[in-house]
Amino acid sequence: MRRLSKIAAVVAVAALALVGCGRNDEPSTAPDASESTSTGDLCADSTGDGPKVGLAYDVGGRGDQSFNDSAFAGLEKAVGDLGATCVEGEATEGEAESAREGRLREMADAGLNPIIGVGFAYSTSVNVVAPEYPEVSFAVIDGFDPDAEANPNVAYLGFAEQEGSFLVGAAAALKSEADHIGFVGGVNIDLIKKFQAGFEAGAREINPDIVIDVQYIEETDLAGFADPAGGKEAATALFDKGADIVYHAAGASGSGVFEAATEADKWAIGVDSDQYLSAPADQQAHILTSMLKRVDVATFNMVKSVADGSPLVSYTTYNLAAEGVGYSTSGGYIDDIAADLDALAERIKSGEIEVPTVPAS
Amino acid sequence: MNPAVLVRKLGLALLAPLIAVVAAMIVTSGVLVVAGASIGDFWSVIFSAPSGRNWTNIVNQSSMIFLAALAASIGFRMNLFNIGIEGQYTLASYTAALVAGLALFPGKLNVLAALLIAMGVGGVWAGIAGILKVTRGVSEVISTIMLNAIAGGIVGYLISNYGEQFGQGRRTTPIPEGSSFDGWALFGDNSGEVWSLVLLAVLAGVGVSFLINRTRFGFDLRATGLNEDAAVASGVNVKKMVVVSMLLSGGIAGLIWMPALFNGADYYGPPFQRLLGFTGIAVALLGRNRPIGIFFGAVLFAWLSEQANPLSLIADISPSVVQITQGVVVLTVVIAYEVVRRWSASAEQRSLRNAEAST
Repeated sequence: MRRLSKIAAVVAVAALALVGCGRNDEPSTAPDASESTSTGDLCADSTGDGPKVGLAYDVGGRGDQSFNDSAFAGLEKAVGDLGATCVEGEATEGEAESAREGRLREMADAGLNPIIGVGFAYSTSVNVVAPEYPEVSFAVIDGFDPDAEANPNVAYLGFAEQEGSFLVGAAAALKSEADHIGFVGGVNIDLIKKFQAGFEAGAREINPDIVIDVQYIEETDLAGFADPAGGKEAATALFDKGADIVYHAAGASGSGVFEAATEADKWAIGVDSDQYLSAPADQQAHILTSMLKRVDVATFNMVKSVADGSPLVSYTTYNLAAEGVGYSTSGGYIDDIAADLDALAERIKSGEIEVPTVPAS
Repeated sequence: MNPAVLVRKLGLALLAPLIAVVAAMIVTSGVLVVAGASIGDFWSVIFSAPSGRNWTNIVNQSSMIFLAALAASIGFRMNLFNIGIEGQYTLASYTAALVAGLALFPGKLNVLAALLIAMGVGGVWAGIAGILKVTRGVSEVISTIMLNAIAGGIVGYLISNYGEQFGQGRRTTPIPEGSSFDGWALFGDNSGEVWSLVLLAVLAGVGVSFLINRTRFGFDLRATGLNEDAAVASGVNVKKMVVVSMLLSGGIAGLIWMPALFNGADYYGPPFQRLLGFTGIAVALLGRNRPIGIFFGAVLFAWLSEQANPLSLIADISPSVVQITQGVVVLTVVIAYEVVRRWSASAEQRSLRNAEAST
């Protein structure tokens, strides 16, 4: 019995420890490598008299070099341009819904306005907390109103990810020598299927016969966005099957996709931020382009709308026409096809091409 | 009982957890120093008086952690290491939410049906590991952890293919209004509500306590855990015991998320609270597999998690530090019990020698 409890204790502690490190072990090449213990200096040092911004991240938080970091970039700009001050909060894995609500209430009680939930997982908790603080403006990036009752103080900031993904899909089809490409999704949910749908449609627009393989890291567990090992495994499988370009929509798991591309000497396409800029030098030569989802623009605009006295409410969609999505050219690997991509972009903006949001098959 | 013996017994019961908690605090403080954060800020946030709403959340969370730890403790009492609680309650929660959403029965009858289904599904999922162990000799550690992954995959597949569209995700159909409970505002207005089904944890705790300590089955279970050979010699059917206790452990695991479901969660979807199964294992160890000990362990864990939430806002410290505290408590409690046991054994020997010398 005593021996069992010792073994059990070790396993239990290991389980807790693994949970803890699951999201913090991605290689930290960002200038601020201390994100696991402190939320950095930007907010501590900001002393402006602009809006007091509360930014609540989802699991993973800052340092994913993708989605969350993009929101942080918007915050940085708000601090610089609008004299904003800020407080950051971050979800822990496996936390209760009440903890999420608690984080938002703490921020509202601390006098922050606006309060921005980064990630659709804040939709339900914002819906509970926002009515309690009618004078505070809330925003949820990728969010939605879960009930029929409209919230007069919540902005839902969505993106036309399928349009940006369409362009990188076309770029992949133009650049693929094997006529075989792949897609790695973090979690098999409707949000990520939008990326997949656009990517496939864009590739087929260029080459209707192209082979496209799809791998998801997790079915519903949001840990799929913070699992570099899982991302590497999925991408390696796609490269082994014959793909020579893999696009990922997997948040922090994407660093594993870049590793796989580097080891296989193939191409990867980044997501959300311009991931060429944050990747280590050896991986940069394998990042063809990145689909830009301008979470920074959405974050900044939200803060600005509050500073201007007319806070955003209800749904706003950042699409190609609004420059809310796009693609990056860092590295110069797609300079030769930029004209083709821009022509496609014009056809999407004019409405001539309507990009699907649900994968065809 | 002789007062000296009583003091020793009390000492063993109280000293070990006390040493464990103090040691965990010292280790956590060390981690804070290494991370360059303020120790004073950290502990003042953790030990600040909880608000009414904090209390509500602590009670609600404790009930789920308690059920998870209770499920783990049943296996532990007979040396069965059921680490599949995570998978058992995930699958059970999904199935129960699905069935409750179908509203096959009116009003609260729907709740009863869902609870039975949750226990059934959790039990069957754990029972698979039990049957594999007794028929094929598969270690339950291996099979339950594999079953966790399978349960996650099944639920994921079902929800993304048959779930209802819900923003960017999927969920089960919400349960009908008549099937959810209102809860009680015990800690003042505007402080949220204590879930009515917290009572489920109390009932399960009393029930398991009675079963283990006052029935033939409980005696056999404890006997098997203490010495399997002796149990077999005295006529205990160990194979049957393994399967039955896995069924029981899984059945209780099935109940873990039910208080949340019927007090506001309303559906299985993105807000589902994961990882309670693993927290339960830690708390079962902390509570020495006794319901009363588990109760205090559950409250401690719920307290730490709840109080940690404002850490990053107030003190600029990551709430993950609390996970270190929780992990270290589990380790130190096992070590502390061993140390205290040795002290008390040698103290007993000394007193025996003294007694001999004086006669």
